[in-house]
Amino acid sequence: MEPWEEEEGPEVVKRFMYVNRRAPYGTIYALECLEVVLIAAAFDQDVSVVFVDDGVFELKKDQDTTGIGMKNFSKTYRALDDYDVEKIYVEKESLEKRGLAADDLIIPVEVVAAAKLREIMAQQDVVISS
Amino acid sequence: MSKMLHLINKSPYDRNALDSCLRLAQAGSSILLIEDGVYAALSNADSAEAVSKRMEELDIYVLGPDVSARGLDDTPLIDGINVVDYGGFVDLVVEHDVAQSWL
Repeated sequence: MEPWEEEEGPEVVKRFMYVNRRAPYGTIYALECLEVVLIAAAFDQDVSVVFVDDGVFELKKDQDTTGIGMKNFSKTYRALDDYDVEKIYVEKESLEKRGLAADDLIIPVEVVAAAKLREIMAQQDVVISS
Repeated sequence: MSKMLHLINKSPYDRNALDSCLRLAQAGSSILLIEDGVYAALSNADSAEAVSKRMEELDIYVLGPDVSARGLDDTPLIDGINVVDYGGFVDLVVEHDVAQSWL
């Protein structure tokens, strides 16, 4: 065994939750958070992604950024599935307040009420919010 | 009295810039919604009623490219809101004496 190789111990899997709270394009938070999620997903951890407040706007279908000269990263959310990120939650209250429904979103998500989301959040080891 | 163009670039759900602007804008002035401010132009927005209430005395504009970027082309806007492009943005700045950015 090479010195840099560690003996295989019991694998530690932590529960990571990423909370998206910002609309896309107006600030860089949404894009940065998506990149962090994709990086983290490569480390075989238990990842969940949450969209609350204006974060639900990140998932709106039909985004076309040709007029503002910025990269349309909304399609990248579809890659979450390829990275085996399957726990994607959208808060029901945030969605409804903005006149949106699950049908308006670019990927399938689990729409959960705040009371349920609170429980899921409480089960995490690490929560990163943007 | 100078004619003022008010620029709102923050989401009405996230910040109170729009509220304050609607409260303080003088009759005859204009509001241009840009960047995340465009969410306030949607007819189903929480803030739509407050915007509609002041539309008799204020001209309200929204920047089209920011609407499209956010996937809102098929989402109805509040009646009476004018959509402008970047050229229209420049025209508005020129037509008004003062521009105020509500950050």
